[in-house]
Amino acid sequence: MTRPTLISLKVLVWLACLYPVAMLVYGAVTNNLGPDPTKTITFSTGLAALRLLVISLAITPIRQLFSRLSWTIKFRRLLGLFAFFYASLHLFAYIGLYAAFDTHVMIQDVLKRRFITAGVLAWLTLVPLALTSTTGSIKRLGGKRWQQLHKLVYASVSLGIIHFWWQVKTGVMTPMPITLTMTALFVARPVLTWWKSRNTRQPQPRPA
Amino acid sequence: MLIRKPDPLSGSNIPSSEITPKDKWLNRRSFIAAVAATGAVALGAERIGEILAPTRAVHANSKLQTVPSPLTTTGEQLTSLKDITHYNNFYEFGTDKSDPSANAGGLPTRPWTVKISGLVKTPKTIDIDSILKLHPLEDRTYRFRCVEGWSMIVPWIGYSLSELIKQCDPLPSAKYVQFLSYWDRHVEKWAPGGYNWPYSEGLRMDEAMNPLTLLTVGLYGDVLPNQDGAPVRIIVPWKYGFKSAKSIVQIKFTDKQPNTTWNDAASNEYGFYSNVNPKVDHPRWSQATERRIGLPFYAPRKETLMFNGYSDQVASLYNGMNLKKYY
Repeated sequence: MTRPTLISLKVLVWLACLYPVAMLVYGAVTNNLGPDPTKTITFSTGLAALRLLVISLAITPIRQLFSRLSWTIKFRRLLGLFAFFYASLHLFAYIGLYAAFDTHVMIQDVLKRRFITAGVLAWLTLVPLALTSTTGSIKRLGGKRWQQLHKLVYASVSLGIIHFWWQVKTGVMTPMPITLTMTALFVARPVLTWWKSRNTRQPQPRPA
Repeated sequence: MLIRKPDPLSGSNIPSSEITPKDKWLNRRSFIAAVAATGAVALGAERIGEILAPTRAVHANSKLQTVPSPLTTTGEQLTSLKDITHYNNFYEFGTDKSDPSANAGGLPTRPWTVKISGLVKTPKTIDIDSILKLHPLEDRTYRFRCVEGWSMIVPWIGYSLSELIKQCDPLPSAKYVQFLSYWDRHVEKWAPGGYNWPYSEGLRMDEAMNPLTLLTVGLYGDVLPNQDGAPVRIIVPWKYGFKSAKSIVQIKFTDKQPNTTWNDAASNEYGFYSNVNPKVDHPRWSQATERRIGLPFYAPRKETLMFNGYSDQVASLYNGMNLKKYY
């Protein structure tokens, strides 16, 4: 990939990642966030966070499948950090618009309401990932330890999806598409690894 | 039948200054015309016009003749017609708030009959036109509080359900009233799984007979839009919104507490009583505060009032009851 192509792709990814928050800002300025602006803000930031996390999970399977697309790895950190950005906006929307900065309300919510507990845990698991997202951190931790730490993202996505399901009412299927996508990506990784190893494996002599 | 009629209901003690001037919203079209005439067509101006005097572009004329009621709630800014008709929970037409306005067009509101059944002297079927003529229609603005934590102010039209119940001659053994909503899988194909359809709701007889309980046939001067429960529904303003069954086709008098759809779906979340109560949490959220639909996101949350602000009229119905247990 040439440098200009990479730069233009990065610009496009940045724009795509900024789109949800840009729409919210535009809606807020024009007083056009719908009948229930609080819900619009909370829902769209939460959904953006989950979507970005799921997209970032897709990068490894894509690289395993198509070696020509191995450059997509250059975008994973960006997607992950934007996911953290939206998760933080989502948390802040809860703190400001639902709990109205009342610490007592927040503590009660986290202790008593399982969907909030799951959501807060999801955000907390993203914090160390965001903090160690720099190249310096990878060097300091060493590639292997860094990779192990970043497996935590599976916990974040799972908790995020559980948070989504526990929030909606009986029979509401809004979380279904993203749940199916996440499950497919979870399964894709070991399946592709196994498939690749089968195709490249040399015949081994039987142990004596 | 004992009908409680506490003093505040007489209307005599409401200062005339507190009553919303009716001409203010009756004149809304001329107001909008004036706004348009000034050329203020910018986004902001349109929005202001809508808040002060909601647009009624889809309805050419006021179709319902109404009289004022002392039971109307005053001192609150009405929610716009647009928000009242585009932010609905009517699960038969889809679970998203914007689904009912898009999908409820097929609801056949005429002809429409309501079956009166159960513990009554003579079971019968009443036509919607007879319901409309049974009693003068009143303007009744009420607070509307959803169990999800949001609220609206809606100018409903109807009359006390007690007027209809009196015509039904319930037997002395009738202790509860059950309301069944319209149900047709072909018309309401968006209804999610996991629920007992048709939608069922119920009230204790004394709750149903309380003058505040409104047999509702319209809002904002016109017949009910389909997505708001056309052509006839109830409104129980001191209870969470799901208690107010929409598009009613049957009213059944029973001696046992009837099953209710949300209670069947999640009994720990939605009790039979479901009175608005800031001190009793929903398992998934606090009910202490609410957000008013149509206000910007930075508008402060409002404190939720006991019985949604209708304590004077209804608190006596629950004397001695543990409202935490009977949520």
